[in-house]
Amino acid sequence: MARAEPQEQENPSDDQEVMKGTSAVAKGVMAADPDVVSAYPITPQTGVVEKLSELVADGKLDSEFIKVDSEFNAASTCIGASAAGARAFSATSSQGLKLMSEPLFTAAGMRLPIVMAVANRSLSAPLSIWADHTDAFAERDGGMLQFHAEDVQEAIDHVLLSFRVAEQVNLPALSNFDGFILTHVQEPANIPSEEEVSEFLPPRDPEYTLDPSDPKTMGAYARPEHWTESRYEIQRAMMDAREVWADAVEEFNDVFGRDYTEYGGMLDTYYADDADHIIVAMGSIAGTIRNVVDAYREDGEKVGLVRPRVFRPFPAPELRDALAGAESVAVLTKEMSPGYESAFAGEIKGALYHAESQPPIKSYVLGMAGRDVKPEDIAEIVEDVKTASPEMGFKESESWPQLRPELLKGGDEQ
Amino acid sequence: MSDTQDPYEDLKITTGVVAEPNTSRANKTGSWRELKPVVDPDTCIECGQCETYCPDQAAKPVEGEDFYAFDLDYCKGCGICADVCPTDAIEMVREEA
Repeated sequence: MARAEPQEQENPSDDQEVMKGTSAVAKGVMAADPDVVSAYPITPQTGVVEKLSELVADGKLDSEFIKVDSEFNAASTCIGASAAGARAFSATSSQGLKLMSEPLFTAAGMRLPIVMAVANRSLSAPLSIWADHTDAFAERDGGMLQFHAEDVQEAIDHVLLSFRVAEQVNLPALSNFDGFILTHVQEPANIPSEEEVSEFLPPRDPEYTLDPSDPKTMGAYARPEHWTESRYEIQRAMMDAREVWADAVEEFNDVFGRDYTEYGGMLDTYYADDADHIIVAMGSIAGTIRNVVDAYREDGEKVGLVRPRVFRPFPAPELRDALAGAESVAVLTKEMSPGYESAFAGEIKGALYHAESQPPIKSYVLGMAGRDVKPEDIAEIVEDVKTASPEMGFKESESWPQLRPELLKGGDEQ
Repeated sequence: MSDTQDPYEDLKITTGVVAEPNTSRANKTGSWRELKPVVDPDTCIECGQCETYCPDQAAKPVEGEDFYAFDLDYCKGCGICADVCPTDAIEMVREEA
């Protein structure tokens, strides 16, 4: 079996700084010059807003930092600020995102481009502070744009891209980055300056704002004859966001010299073009997968990676294209949907229903609540997915390769 | 706008469905009610607690009288008024089907 070797680490270049992921994201947010920041502390996000609060207190960031008593009120404060025309930012994790869920659906319906950094973390119970994607997936149907970063640099850049796209299509955005793995890591990253960002991100120009001299009602009660159209408009804006995102990553590359333009910014691939076996995964796990792909390639085996950078709008046409040549596909996911299969795997399968090429897909639930995913775990999955056949029952289709049956009631009988 | 104008009449689905004010007046929420407040005029002391707490501004003093009554076009039947009434002058009575 292929054996992954650690990649050589490069020294930071002159335009990079080494700092904790949360501080780096906060400094990126500062460069976007938000008018209002409101948040409530929760691990592992806390460092983002603590740093922003410090930057405001030190006079380095001219924002209203509004302290609140819960995530519900943090999101609600951002709604009020955004409705009044402000550029509003918040950050949260896990249970905090659940508490924000109700106002975030409202923000989407009111078409307010609030940007949030979400440091992804599992949901209770049992209580866990560690990373997985359960929190982000649980917000899937709210009408928020969703992006997933692989490293700290992307976590910064996705926040800037989020402001740009959210404010153009008038939808809130969740900029996801894995808790601890990215929030608490120290790695070199370029922190864009406010001057650079102002070139990329124009001031917000809202169509409507709350104005006492010309009162309007936002988020009013809608009757059955109007509500459907309001949700349809969210769907339309989401679909528009695909092209807006593609333009934004092009311009981002022009201004910052970081290229996220592959597949219109929707997917990032690694040796996927000629791959027989493709791994699909989101977030920081892609770093480990790249090492495994390298090891297979050294052995002459065509293994590749496809990493959706965007989860909403869902990159269905791009996935159809990227997976077309594969003999088999392994979806690695840090979430599960009790009662059916992983939402991520289900959506990828749904996307391929319309495709000419429909490679067999097996999904692997792993890395839940911070369980470490090692290169050998991924190599074992690659070996397993090679056996995938088009005819699969559910038990063959979804597996939990890291499951420890000896801990279960009934032990190995389960 | 006037009290009679319906903000929904010409409502277009703008970005965020921004509407003219007074949608709450146009939406009569009384039909959502399960229980209705019934005031005993003899027990009511006109303290106005019901009006203060009513989330739908449905409690109002009755003109020319010394007690409060409820606008049943808007009262959703939450019962907060009955709970805060210091003289127990309000009874929540099930609506007839």
